[in-house]
Amino acid sequence: MNKHVVVIGGGVAGMEAAGQLSKNGCKVSLVEKEKITGGHLNDWYRLFPDRRDSIEVKDYLETVTSDKAINLITGTSIEKVTSTRHGLSAFTEDGEELIADAVVVATGFDLFNSSRKEEYGYGIYDDVITSADLEKMFRKGKITRLNGESPKVIGIVHCVGSRDEKVGNLYCSKLCCVTAVKQAIEIREFLPESKVFCFYMDMRMGGAYYEELYREAQEEWGVNFIRGKVSEASESINDRLIVKVEDTLAGRPLKMELDMLVLMAGMEMSEGGNIIAEESGLNRGENRFFTPSDNHFGSNRSNIRGVFYAGTCTMPMNITETISHARAAVSDVVDFLNNRNS
Amino acid sequence: MDKFGYTISKGRQINYDTNSRHIAEYILERENSFRICIECGCCSATCTTGAFTKFSIRELQILIKRGENDLVRENLKKCMLCGKCTLVCPRGVNTRNVIMLAREAFQKRLKNAV
Repeated sequence: MNKHVVVIGGGVAGMEAAGQLSKNGCKVSLVEKEKITGGHLNDWYRLFPDRRDSIEVKDYLETVTSDKAINLITGTSIEKVTSTRHGLSAFTEDGEELIADAVVVATGFDLFNSSRKEEYGYGIYDDVITSADLEKMFRKGKITRLNGESPKVIGIVHCVGSRDEKVGNLYCSKLCCVTAVKQAIEIREFLPESKVFCFYMDMRMGGAYYEELYREAQEEWGVNFIRGKVSEASESINDRLIVKVEDTLAGRPLKMELDMLVLMAGMEMSEGGNIIAEESGLNRGENRFFTPSDNHFGSNRSNIRGVFYAGTCTMPMNITETISHARAAVSDVVDFLNNRNS
Repeated sequence: MDKFGYTISKGRQINYDTNSRHIAEYILERENSFRICIECGCCSATCTTGAFTKFSIRELQILIKRGENDLVRENLKKCMLCGKCTLVCPRGVNTRNVIMLAREAFQKRLKNAV
């Protein structure tokens, strides 16, 4: 085909799109702002619902992107995409121009900055951590409080930065519930003597085998679920954390002491994606993610001809959905490249 | 004049750390399905007792788990053990047995007998 496609973002969606494009005979420039590809996958330990090691998925993506038709450019950000007479141009932060026949935007998501929810004390209290911090502890093979002790009672707060008008995020990030359940099980695996409490507003287990994992957490791992959102965390006199929550199913306020509080940070449009959107005039929705041209049959198409979306830059998705969405984007790109002059 | 003066309101807050969960533990050791309730309320919806008195078997299970044992004890005797709750539970919780075991647990501490 001998067409050149620029893929912006070397996470799961970008890598899969690049791999599929090369299989379809395109030359690809895969541009990643970090030094290495893999995106958030580099930060996760095991994946839900089957808890396979994230390294397996990364190995797969590295294999599909090893084709010599893919030119990997790391440590570089694309900030702008424009239409030209001949096709498209993508500009790096240094103003360097990459000429392309099509562009796939795969800029992904950023995790919600949990310190914005000051009432939970992330960055203030020692043992308030995020779901991402906990994944790193799992990878290291040890869950410890900052003072080195092993936590005995651990709380998990769902919906941190999601379904929260105060932080401007009305939407559900969709995957934090199952992440909480997965992590609750893993905490119990690492620390069999511990007690785990999930504080949730709704359990949104909308994926294959998510509900089953939830049941497993209750039945086999004795994870406790309390319906109610933690209003605040504070430090107790004996160096532990106190949380206040309404046990909405008992209709009563509840307080308890914990050794560790894990915040399930939601997903937000990435900063890089926002820059590209502003500089290029790509449409974003109320949730700030890119708005595809059609919700049902154009979820990979943008408002600029030749620019396509892949993955979580359009909405929160799990890895399975991200890979499928990236493949669908390639189908649209190939169709566009074959038919645009006809 | 006997009600003259100040009163102190009893706190409504559940203090999880000071509550005793021996009733909950007694049930959990014997009826594993007690763990998997998802609080849908199907049991309470079908409950005959609940239709005529202020009794919620769904809420009762929560109160057991939180260790609000005085409230549990007060409400436990209202159940007529008809078992309709167990029939309708989508999660397969043996709710009738939960009540039976809760009564048994109180029974074992005579001063708390239901």
